[in-house]
Amino acid sequence: MPNNKGKCRLAGGEDWMASVAIRDVRKAFGATGVIHGVDVSIRDGEFVVLVGPSGCGKSTLLRMIAGLENITSGEIRIGERVVNNMPPKERDVAMVFQNYALYPHMTVANNMAFSMKLRGAPQSEIDARVKRAADILGLDPYLQRFPRQLSGGQRQRVAMGRAIVRDPQVFLFDEPLSNLDAKLRVQMRTEIKELHQRLKTTTIYVTHDQIEAMTMADKIVVMHDGLVEQIGAPLELYDKPQNIFVAGFIGSPAMNFIKGTLRANGKLEFEGPGGTKFPLTSAPKASNGRAAVYGVRPEHFHIDDDGAEAVIQVVEPTGSEIQVAAKIAGQEIIAVFRERHQFKPGDKIRLKPDPRLVHLFDEATGQRLNA
Amino acid sequence: MTDATLNNIKLAPREATTWQRLQVNRNWLGLWFMLPAAAFLILFLAYPLGLGVWISFTDARIGRGGDFVGLENYEWLWDDTVFWLSVFNTLLYTIVASAFKFAVGLYLALLLNQNLPFKAILRAVVLIPFIVPTVLSAIAFWWLFDSQFSIISWTLKKAGLISTNIDFLGDVWNARWSVIFANIWRGVPFVAITLLAGLQTVSPTLYEAATIDGANKWQIFRHVTYPLLTPIIAVVMTFSVLFTFTDFQLIWVLTRGGPVNATQLMATLSYQRAILGGHLGEGAAISTAMIPFLLAAILISWFGLQRRKWQQGENND
Ligand SMILES: Nc1ncnc2c1ncn2[C@@H]1O[C@H](COP(=O)(O)OP(=O)(O)OP(=O)(O)O)[C@@H](O)[C@H]1O
Ligand SMILES: [Mg+2]
Repeated sequence: MPNNKGKCRLAGGEDWMASVAIRDVRKAFGATGVIHGVDVSIRDGEFVVLVGPSGCGKSTLLRMIAGLENITSGEIRIGERVVNNMPPKERDVAMVFQNYALYPHMTVANNMAFSMKLRGAPQSEIDARVKRAADILGLDPYLQRFPRQLSGGQRQRVAMGRAIVRDPQVFLFDEPLSNLDAKLRVQMRTEIKELHQRLKTTTIYVTHDQIEAMTMADKIVVMHDGLVEQIGAPLELYDKPQNIFVAGFIGSPAMNFIKGTLRANGKLEFEGPGGTKFPLTSAPKASNGRAAVYGVRPEHFHIDDDGAEAVIQVVEPTGSEIQVAAKIAGQEIIAVFRERHQFKPGDKIRLKPDPRLVHLFDEATGQRLNA
Repeated sequence: MTDATLNNIKLAPREATTWQRLQVNRNWLGLWFMLPAAAFLILFLAYPLGLGVWISFTDARIGRGGDFVGLENYEWLWDDTVFWLSVFNTLLYTIVASAFKFAVGLYLALLLNQNLPFKAILRAVVLIPFIVPTVLSAIAFWWLFDSQFSIISWTLKKAGLISTNIDFLGDVWNARWSVIFANIWRGVPFVAITLLAGLQTVSPTLYEAATIDGANKWQIFRHVTYPLLTPIIAVVMTFSVLFTFTDFQLIWVLTRGGPVNATQLMATLSYQRAILGGHLGEGAAISTAMIPFLLAAILISWFGLQRRKWQQGENND
């Protein structure tokens, strides 16, 4: 049956893409819990990125969707079907592995054709699909080569080709770009994104690189220690992180966090170390004296005469911008300027955050306080 | 001396002598570095081999050097039915035992590569037949195959399956199968453990990729595991064939080539003629006659199972 579906889609017919629903999914390896109840809904054709620090359970979740790992409890649906106990081959998903997992003894063409050969598809159809995938990915000149004879980027493309040929309901990517050099990574990032716009197949993409997540995703799922911290569109996470973890994880260089207290006697303010005052536009009611964390992205500082005094420590120009490490009342912060200031270490400047763009978190729970 | 060298360099910095050029010539240095290994090989491999071949062209006996007699020993063997029987026995022994060692060894390797409980212990157990000295295990088999005290016969009798003891080593074909069985038992661990080592170099993500591509267990073995294992299979089976073809100890302890030469291998016949019979030349000729068979085995594995194209990139060597 999946064969027929595939044909339909290739012929530009009906859409067969599938949504993915993850409901309170948990995973334990023996006694150690690794995923502690995750809920994610993924729409048809959506590009979802699972992002989080190393060891947070991204791969484990992806492998549970693929069927390579059992689900300890909860439910995973692909389309209308609950796939919890379905073997991988029936789930109609394709996966691209971090190390590509190309079959070293098969040519590029055979690597891509393998799944269809196993299904017993007619040779003419196999050839057509391999040809199409090779065209999309620019692999035509390499079809008769062995994986050994390809560069890292080409191997990466073959791995994607193998997935495309399958014409699956869902693409799963597990850190597919982490073995490539920085430049190639940026290039492949764009290619994968373009590919998705062209094929419109539901895609779940795992990475620990937040820039990859920001640039590629329709929707980002930020994970931490086996839990989802926040789900949202890239800019949503950037503008309104729901907690300190997401705030610190999304954005580069990372957000500055300043510990202190809320002051709401007449004027709403945040009092940082050494009594330094920072501006605020909103805070929850009755929060005078509440311990809080004030978050400012480096790019949201600007120079202002009534700002806080900062002593410059290090100046790092990158050409397009200048990154400055400075100390405000002994606390190190990072600021980024697009203008070409002539700063030197030891200079004193006055820095003021844009009050509309600051973030306020509860010190105890780490949850967002301001709107 | 250092001074002299320094002076030389100072005086004639460009025109180095042949000797000086040799001193820094990589190939020449390489030759020197290879010398100890070459000496070792010549002394312990080439010399005995050459001597053996030479003796086969003489009528040497124990206690007296022989004269060159040309191909006389070989002509003699050509008309010797016992010699031809031993060739047949050796081929039968080698082919049957190697085939079984391969099948059983591969099966065990696949089994041990799974996530079994007590994996380490099981792997150690598989190695036992390999660790026990050949003579010791041969003696154990001797008991197992004894015409009166065989535990196999005893068990079968108790189970009511047979009424008289099986004459394992006294009957022509029984004896052949018995020694082949003993050889398989001894040889399987080598094959199994080597193939297991090969299996462990196959990246588990390949299995996962194949699983997602829709392959079942057999298809994964057929299309992924086996092709990736062929290079190591080639090596291990070449060695296994060589060891089996030249086997001596097991036969000598179990049957001494009997009954009526039914288990006489070329190696045992050679020993019998040369050492026990005293006809060194003839024994050496039998041994030398093994060389073409062994060479054939090596050449088959060399050409048929050479490094495959997927293993070596087109651009490096
Ligand atoms: N087979 C296993 N047995 C026991 N623990 C495991 C197993 N696989 C993963 N884990 C544990 O589960 C946790 C999550 O692992 P996972 O591979 O999903 O992390 P990840 O988010 O993909 O990290 P990375 O970014 O480094 O790939 C880790 O703490 C890891 O040690
Ligand atoms: Mg991972």
